[in-house]
Amino acid sequence: MSAGVELDHITVRFGDFTAVDNATLDIKGGEFFSFLGPSGCGKTTILRTVSGFLEPSEGRVRIGGQDMAGIGPNKRPTALIFQNLALFPLMSVAENISYGLRVRGAGKAERRRKADELLDLIALPGQGDKLVSELSGGQKQRVAIARALAVEPKVLLLDEPLSALDLKLRQHMRAELRAIQQKVGITFIYITHDQGEALTMSDRIAVMSDGVIQQVGDGKAVYDQPQTAFVASFVGENNPFPGTITRAENGYAVIETAFGPLRGRNPQGLAAGSRGILFVRPESLQLGQGSADATLSSTVTNVAFEGHMTHVYLNGQAKKEIIVTVGRLGGAAIPAPHTTTPISYDAELGLILPEGMLARE
Amino acid sequence: MSSRAIVFIIPVIVIAIFWLMARREARRNPDPTRKSFFERNGKALGIVFIALVAFWTLFLVALPYLYMVVESFHPALPPTKRGGPDDVLTVAQYSSFVINPIGDQVNWLHMKALVFSILVSMAVTFLNFCICYPLAFYMAQAGTAQKVRLLMLGLIVPYWVNEILRAFSLRLLLASKGLINQALMGIGITDAPIDFLGNNTGLYVGLSYAYLLVMMFPLYNAIESLDKNQIEAARDLGAPWWRIHWDVVIPYAKPGIASGCTMVFMLSVGSLAAPQFLGGPRVLWFTAIIYDFFFQSFNWPRGAAYAFIMLVVCIALVMGMLRLFKVSLGEAIK
Repeated sequence: MSAGVELDHITVRFGDFTAVDNATLDIKGGEFFSFLGPSGCGKTTILRTVSGFLEPSEGRVRIGGQDMAGIGPNKRPTALIFQNLALFPLMSVAENISYGLRVRGAGKAERRRKADELLDLIALPGQGDKLVSELSGGQKQRVAIARALAVEPKVLLLDEPLSALDLKLRQHMRAELRAIQQKVGITFIYITHDQGEALTMSDRIAVMSDGVIQQVGDGKAVYDQPQTAFVASFVGENNPFPGTITRAENGYAVIETAFGPLRGRNPQGLAAGSRGILFVRPESLQLGQGSADATLSSTVTNVAFEGHMTHVYLNGQAKKEIIVTVGRLGGAAIPAPHTTTPISYDAELGLILPEGMLARE
Repeated sequence: MSSRAIVFIIPVIVIAIFWLMARREARRNPDPTRKSFFERNGKALGIVFIALVAFWTLFLVALPYLYMVVESFHPALPPTKRGGPDDVLTVAQYSSFVINPIGDQVNWLHMKALVFSILVSMAVTFLNFCICYPLAFYMAQAGTAQKVRLLMLGLIVPYWVNEILRAFSLRLLLASKGLINQALMGIGITDAPIDFLGNNTGLYVGLSYAYLLVMMFPLYNAIESLDKNQIEAARDLGAPWWRIHWDVVIPYAKPGIASGCTMVFMLSVGSLAAPQFLGGPRVLWFTAIIYDFFFQSFNWPRGAAYAFIMLVVCIALVMGMLRLFKVSLGEAIK
């Protein structure tokens, strides 16, 4: 059983500070939905508003079509997985998992049965009598998921639950979370600042910055068709070239940058004379000469060999570096540092967006 | 050699045994990198350290109590007969608690006093827990920093007032013609004054207030270190507020609760001023009996024996309670 979550013009203020500004969203039942943004962007506030720990200053939260105003977190059909997991240290694993059933008055046998069933789901069969302190980080993680699933919520809320794990385990848990979500079929709302997590797991992603939802879409849309400069620079690596648009025609535009006139797609139809930023991703750039309005040249500052690819860093605009990612089959010889080299791109892969705030590095 | 002299030798013997054990241990597992105590601290400083610690443990801790133990096994004699043929070891002082030597009757009066003191102290302990737990929880988890500071100040500052002054001001408040009775009669709730002091309300109020902070701080410390997310997690899983306290907060704070309860109980049983000034006319507190043996009838041995009876009974009770609630002594005195 899953339920959709509707955010209807949600604004949350703490004194003078607006943590979430007029957020409207429709999360479908059974969807794996992520909020992605840097810390302090308001994503955790949204999660706490959905779970009921916070009441929005304005707007309504509806879960399964039902208005949640005035309904406390213990009465909502949601379950929250905390960033630090917040497992009960004095209870055994099984007691932790079945705690939600215990407060609902379920009998001992039923609690035990449900705990065993969930221990199987999270691949920890027969470990119910262990103490939480005897588990590893990844196992604690799974127990926290089981504890939340035990109350059969319609919506599971996850607040950066993987951030405490090491990289290998984190990548493994991504797949596992996704598998669990597909098995139980309920709505997952996932909070993260890690774009890798959001891109690999989610059906759809909302990118947030400064309390405002910047863009909602699936991973591919957010990566390939960013709508704001923030999204373009926050999701994945990107090279920004700010400048003034000199010509706009047929969905393309030419922008006058510090590296001369450069061409790119102009999906938002920016007119000549307006300020804009051309974004070209590192993997879209290549070493060597290309067509005249899609080539620039700069000095190589550093070369970083990473095995399956090589990053070439060049002097960019305003002290920022241009990154070019060269694959193994790229073929071109890697230039030495301090030499000046031309780099080019396919104008199809350059994207011109209106000037706006970039994500902080 | 008299038994009193032996007492002074006991600590020396104990220290000697420990020293010998340490030497033997060092010889058995020699550690060439280890420096001796004097090598580490220098001779002068080393001697100062040892002298200070020895003074502290021998003269301030061990000897006074040991002396009292020995005293309690002697008859009460005038100074001229001390050390004479009548000064023998005896358990008469202890048995006098059960059978009164005057009249050879069962000493109900004193036994009742001990039981009464213990029961009232238990009630006071429970009362203090009921008052302090919500306050401590509010201060530790719910309150804003500024309010908590104000509350803390309000709790601590009254304790700068001397204990006797505090007891008497409570008396003023609770007396037959005191503020509370006048107010009650003024608004017509009662016609005649309520005898708060006679019905022991004063005793409970005085004792509870006297040891409020002793309960407050262990509770506050224990609850303060509880992760707020634990409370939210329980709430999110559907627990009503009382279950959150019962399942999450109280088990977590159990060592603090045990520590606070033990301290309040022990101090309350041993208190002197509050029962004397705020208790009803028929209240006989056990410490008052001990006080009288020491200062009225100059019967130090019997006073000492009674004090040790009280101590042993109370320790046994506390240990029993700790075991009942599955708290280790180590946790409770942390």
